[in-house]
Amino acid sequence: MIHLSHVSKSYKTSTRPALDDVSLDVEKGEFSFLIGPSGSGKSTFLRMLLREESPSKGEIVVAGHNLGKMRRSKVPAHRRSLGCVFQDFRLLQNKTVDQNIAFALEVIGRPRSVIKKVVPEVLDLVGLEGKANRMPHELSGGEQQRVAIARAFVNRPLLLLADEPTGNLDPDTSGDIMLLLERINRTGTTVLMATHDNNIVDSMRRRVIELQLGKIVRDESRGVYGVGR
Amino acid sequence: MRAGYVFSEVATGLRRNVTMTIAMILTTGISLGLLGLGLLIVKMTDDTKAIYGDKVEILIYLTADQSKEDPNCLQPLCSGLLTELQANPEISEVYFESQEQAYERYKKQFANQPAMLEIATADALQASFHIKLYDPQRFEVITQQYGDRQGVGSIQDQAAFLERLFVVLNGMRNATIILAVIQAAAAFLLISNMVQIAAYTRRTETEIMRLVGASRWRTQLPFLIEAVVAGLIGAAIAVGGLFAVKTFVLDRTLGALFRSGILPAVSTADLVTVAPILGGAGAVLAAVSAYVTLRLYVRI
Repeated sequence: MIHLSHVSKSYKTSTRPALDDVSLDVEKGEFSFLIGPSGSGKSTFLRMLLREESPSKGEIVVAGHNLGKMRRSKVPAHRRSLGCVFQDFRLLQNKTVDQNIAFALEVIGRPRSVIKKVVPEVLDLVGLEGKANRMPHELSGGEQQRVAIARAFVNRPLLLLADEPTGNLDPDTSGDIMLLLERINRTGTTVLMATHDNNIVDSMRRRVIELQLGKIVRDESRGVYGVGR
Repeated sequence: MRAGYVFSEVATGLRRNVTMTIAMILTTGISLGLLGLGLLIVKMTDDTKAIYGDKVEILIYLTADQSKEDPNCLQPLCSGLLTELQANPEISEVYFESQEQAYERYKKQFANQPAMLEIATADALQASFHIKLYDPQRFEVITQQYGDRQGVGSIQDQAAFLERLFVVLNGMRNATIILAVIQAAAAFLLISNMVQIAAYTRRTETEIMRLVGASRWRTQLPFLIEAVVAGLIGAAIAVGGLFAVKTFVLDRTLGALFRSGILPAVSTADLVTVAPILGGAGAVLAAVSAYVTLRLYVRI
């Protein structure tokens, strides 16, 4: 699903590369954590998978597409095969829950009949049935993140990228969100989640990829957040 | 992509930046109004040329005494002058117009204006020779040859008068078009500003659109349509303004000259002809400004 070969990324404003000779493979259907301190390169990693940025060196292949060789006009089609979830939810405050989810389909030209069918289905999946007409500010943090996950998943992506999705949530709510992501993973969607939450990583015992100063320092198939931390 | 959905986004966008939208619409409207005025002056100049065209003559006015003494140009002084003019190799056409004939022509020309008819009598007008030259530029030759002749009052070159009129009209056209261009530059920058503000206000939306894989075209379309709609409203204001200028200024102040055919009237049909040009110019100005801004300044 994801293949990185000797990928480096440098910025003009920094003397140290954000990613330094990173090579990695993530198989289809895997659930992986990307951990590491702030500035270790996690966000750069995710942004490159989205083709928001291109590597300075090396090759990135996502779902069979070589992102380095991808024409700019093909980027939107690539992003349709991905879903993204963020720490700050990024919901549209002037739209209701179902409108927020429908928005992701509207803007890629899905027919209205499809939207009418799949939006309630995905709301049901994330446990927000009956809250379709609420505004985001009427929901709790956990519920808002569920809406964001529903929006990311509604297009049935091959890969779900989550950047600290529990960063703004209390431990109980975080646990619920992780159950939801696991459930999505069981449908066959590959999940890659950047996190600082050691409790979650330790309790899930999934693959852990640890970055430090732009390098992979650890890659364990059933890892914990960090020995001795 | 559903049109209704896009247009609801456009309406929301225009409402959200209402003060900037109004400023941009007014500036575009003034720019297009000036452009329209320039186009109407071009049309007026062409029409004036068409009205006078080959009718432009040199007029040798006889003195008032001569006009009265020999009303039909039968005496030697006048008939001799006429024969000489007919024989002149520079002159292609010449005929004599008596005071009475001049008065008849005057009455016909100002038939719609009783006030103009009241102030004139046949005596107040002079008899004249109407002359056409093979080469209209050689007006000076006629002045030299006949200016000092007995019985001749004055010599008038209609072409010279028209030339002065065209210089004034062309000057007005150039001034309005220069002002239109300056205003268009201001409108261009305001549209750019409007698009930047709109894009900033909706950055979460555009970011989500980018991340879920909306095409660049789809992401930009609401901004482009917003700008074009504002440009078209500006054009509509410009056309309305021109119509008001025609009705309340031109028709009131120059109506008499229009009706008598001395100056070509600005008709509603002229405005109807100019309206789509202004609409097109407004839409293109707005679209180009928005497109360039989106390409250069807005990450989509």
